[in-house]
Amino acid sequence: MNNRRWFRNGMLGLGLAFLYIPILSMMVFSFNNSRLVTVWDAENSPTLRWYVRLLENDQLLGAAWISVQIAAMTATGAVILGTIAGLVLARFGPFRGRAFLSAMTTAPLVMPEVITGIAMLLLFVSLEQLTGWPEGRGMLTITIAHITFAMAYVTVVVQSRLAGFDDALEEAALDLGAKPATVFFRITLPLIVPALVSGWLLAFTLSWDDVVISQFVSGPGSSTLPMEIFSRVRRGVSPDINALATILVLIVATGVVLSTLYMKHEEKRRLREEQMARSGN
Amino acid sequence: MIGVPYVWLLLFFVVPFLIVFKISFSWMQPIQPGYAPLFAWVEETQRFVATLNLSNYQVLLQDSLYLSTFLYSVKVAAISTVLCLLVGYPMAYAIARCGPSTRNLFLMLIILPFWTSFLLRVYAWVGLLKTNGVINNTLLALGIIDQPLTLLYTDFAVYIGIVYSYLPFMILPLFSNLEKHDLTLLEAASDLGASPMKAFFKVTLPLSMPGIVAGCLLVFIPAVGEFVIPSLLGRTDQLMIGTVLSAQFFSARNWPVASAVAIVLLLLLLLPILLFQRYQRRELEAAKR
Repeated sequence: MNNRRWFRNGMLGLGLAFLYIPILSMMVFSFNNSRLVTVWDAENSPTLRWYVRLLENDQLLGAAWISVQIAAMTATGAVILGTIAGLVLARFGPFRGRAFLSAMTTAPLVMPEVITGIAMLLLFVSLEQLTGWPEGRGMLTITIAHITFAMAYVTVVVQSRLAGFDDALEEAALDLGAKPATVFFRITLPLIVPALVSGWLLAFTLSWDDVVISQFVSGPGSSTLPMEIFSRVRRGVSPDINALATILVLIVATGVVLSTLYMKHEEKRRLREEQMARSGN
Repeated sequence: MIGVPYVWLLLFFVVPFLIVFKISFSWMQPIQPGYAPLFAWVEETQRFVATLNLSNYQVLLQDSLYLSTFLYSVKVAAISTVLCLLVGYPMAYAIARCGPSTRNLFLMLIILPFWTSFLLRVYAWVGLLKTNGVINNTLLALGIIDQPLTLLYTDFAVYIGIVYSYLPFMILPLFSNLEKHDLTLLEAASDLGASPMKAFFKVTLPLSMPGIVAGCLLVFIPAVGEFVIPSLLGRTDQLMIGTVLSAQFFSARNWPVASAVAIVLLLLLLLPILLFQRYQRRELEAAKR
């Protein structure tokens, strides 16, 4: 019995080591003085020189700013569209075209990025030929492409959150004479807020992280951060990329831990309120 | 209002595929937009002329490069998927059998790397696998090897890269399946005299099939078309289809052939994609009950 337990936990430990050693190694070598990146220069390390060089690199900083803007717009757009799609799929029962909508929202989850990328670019080229819009490619086209695949993830998150609640609350409100819009803003929306928060963060990350689709639909002057990183790392390892990775990992780790704590707190509050409502009756 | 996502997806997801399909039958054209129109009004004859060009697909059939690339991509994706399952299953199993609070902690640890840049995580392996990289340096220092091993730019490096990047996609569906198992079934099996090993293969494994299928599809489908991992870690003498497609598109600027490659790849993945959608639908319906 104990043997099996050891085996189980051992495998889990090895797996987690596999997940974290590469990231930790990158972080450690970001403080290495040597240009050879993976050869530790014990005399002059640790050093912050790569971090200083990173902050002086206007090209990377500019690309990071473009990426943040695109990711924020993508996340907002994807949450709006994904929430509507999730609501329609979870609450509207069978309607004509439901299967098709459901297929359209799950396909981008697994579609290889090169296919999505080429398809989006050819769409923009054809549209421009036919209508003159969009004029060339840049941040707008990247954002549209990102919204399209990110909203699929938001739809799934919202849909499964809604599936967790029965619609009795909404129906009760409707029976009591509330308008559908009131029901949505007073009942449904507060219930799915955690899904919207995690959907927004997920969409932001997906957009912030994407390199393949951006490469297809970007234009001159709209290089995102991953595109800049990709063109650098293709030429080999470089120490300032390690520094960049360390900064990004720390930001993300803080964000994930904070949002997890927030969600836990919200969930607890909700459970407590439900309990109070029940005991009040 | 309700139709907005519908229209959006039609315009930006479905129509693009129709356009790719159309362009895969066009002739290449050196000037913008890079492909000739399928239908044209010919002034002299006062007639619409449709030119359907099958040569882009003929190229795919005749040039052995494409066939071998497709086969290689499927092979790499399949091997990586199996490896991912072998690594991910025990992890998902261990997490599913933890207490509720440790379970959440482990789940967060599994998902956390997924939130950090995918590109940078693949790049981290370049530093580990290089000839003078961390792994070789460590093994040399320990005296286990006296010559650095060739690890980077091999099939092995691509398998590692794919398993590493897609592991959470394997673990999460497996976990959500394993978590729901009724443990009294295992007790019943052991009461009836089955060894733990036998109980696992006769009870747990069959019950977890939906999770296995979902996890494998979530890894396999995108891995076939993977572009970043093989271009950073992979062989240079044998490309994967995603790399060839991008090269046709960006370097050769042959959009019609690139479109034909995309269409064939899509057809190849159609069955797995449909299977995945069926699973996803069932999951959501099960959540309702």
